[in-house]
Amino acid sequence: MAKRQYSFYPGCSSQKGASSSNYLISAQTMCEELEIQLNEIPDWNCCGASIGYAGGGELPRLTLSARNIALSEKHHPGQDIVATCAACWLSTREAAERLQHDQARCAEANIALAEAGLTLKNQTPIKHMVEVLIQDIGYDTIKTKVKRPLSGLKIAGYVGCQTNRPFGIAGESFENPKYLDQLVETLGADSIPQFEKKVQCCGGALAFSEPEKSQEMIKGILESAYDNGANLIVTPCPVCQMNVEVYQAQINATYGTNFKMPVVYYSTLMAVAFGRSAKDAALTGQVIPAIQLEAIAEKA
Amino acid sequence: MGDMSKNYRLNFLKEVEANVEEGEWVKMCMQCGVCSGSCPLGKFWNHPPQEIFMMIRAGKREEVLTSNAMWMCTSCYNCIVRCPRELPITHIMHGLAHYAKRLGLIPQQQPTAKFAQLFWNNLSNKGRVNELKLGVKLYFMNGIGEGFKTSLKMKDIGMGMMKTKRMNPLEIVGGHGLEDIKGFQAMLKKAQELEDQRIATPRP
Repeated sequence: MAKRQYSFYPGCSSQKGASSSNYLISAQTMCEELEIQLNEIPDWNCCGASIGYAGGGELPRLTLSARNIALSEKHHPGQDIVATCAACWLSTREAAERLQHDQARCAEANIALAEAGLTLKNQTPIKHMVEVLIQDIGYDTIKTKVKRPLSGLKIAGYVGCQTNRPFGIAGESFENPKYLDQLVETLGADSIPQFEKKVQCCGGALAFSEPEKSQEMIKGILESAYDNGANLIVTPCPVCQMNVEVYQAQINATYGTNFKMPVVYYSTLMAVAFGRSAKDAALTGQVIPAIQLEAIAEKA
Repeated sequence: MGDMSKNYRLNFLKEVEANVEEGEWVKMCMQCGVCSGSCPLGKFWNHPPQEIFMMIRAGKREEVLTSNAMWMCTSCYNCIVRCPRELPITHIMHGLAHYAKRLGLIPQQQPTAKFAQLFWNNLSNKGRVNELKLGVKLYFMNGIGEGFKTSLKMKDIGMGMMKTKRMNPLEIVGGHGLEDIKGFQAMLKKAQELEDQRIATPRP
């Protein structure tokens, strides 16, 4: 069967030596197994993320995403754009929709783009990788690829904010999306449908500027995972992954807790379940090692 | 850019509608308070969104624009999906924050305002974010003394990221960037010019 082709927007944090480079490695492994070909948008730029608004006004921010869409339409015509990062997906889709509805702003964006020799057609669907998995590939196909079921593991599906709101995944509710639980079950692990902090904010970029306020929220997410008997947390968002994983020692120091909960990407779970090595699944990128997954990955 | 707000002194709502991203939605707020109750950092806002909307209509220009409030937005979009009138509240908060910055009205020592500006400068420089440089600038944004204290506090996290190859010390010299950085920067400059023109010229 021919591979499915997508125009891929990896985003800043996925680059070599950056905070979610482990996400990219595991996503590439997952895509190999699912016959998905990711064609990187040549010379893509930062989307401005959710925190770009102070320095960048409306038009400069919209133009950032317009450049990526224009580059994709030029080099990969007819291919849907797919992003693995929640903020990349959100910013790009938000910009595409705003520019579709606001002709005056779209004309301005094209004047700015002309400075870089580009034109925006703005006819390209913009998807999160999760949408590709659920809508284009489907749970049934994913299930056929499972060689090492993750049986015995109890996994808290932490959806977070930006893959869930304001767009979300079609057919899912904002208050209780179920796709991550369903994915966990498809891979042979036990999900925790009652996980109370499923869509709780982790602080996002404010984990850097308001660490105390953000860590209080992260503490709630971890407590809920422990109280529900989770072995690990899975998430589709690089900011969620980093915020919930790397501050646990600081939270323990502040609150006298004893957290040591691995937080992994869905792509890491899938790479392991599909029979790939710990390295291909980017388990080597865990600051808090996911030892249960390592044990499964070591099985022949 | 001049003082484009002078014509509007007597009508702050009109000023917001003309100059703030998605500001034309403010008058649609029906004061139900769902946004305020849905905000994850709501307890820290001196004026939650619902109040901000009413204050705009009441002409409380200084109080709104110098407020800490909109700088507490984590961009979780809870308010947007719950608002019964479908106001793009997150975007309006970002718009108000940017407008306050444009007018030089950011409260002193607002950490998110500082961080957000550092983020923008960082991405504008090479077209992609350099996480290491951004982190170092963030730790030292309140001076050298506090910078070293923060760096020490964050040392273990940095080591963890480095050991797992999720941070690269070499990024401090060079790092990732665009091939067409000239075109990228010319594009951003033009976008900024167009936006400045639009905001300086009141709509009819």
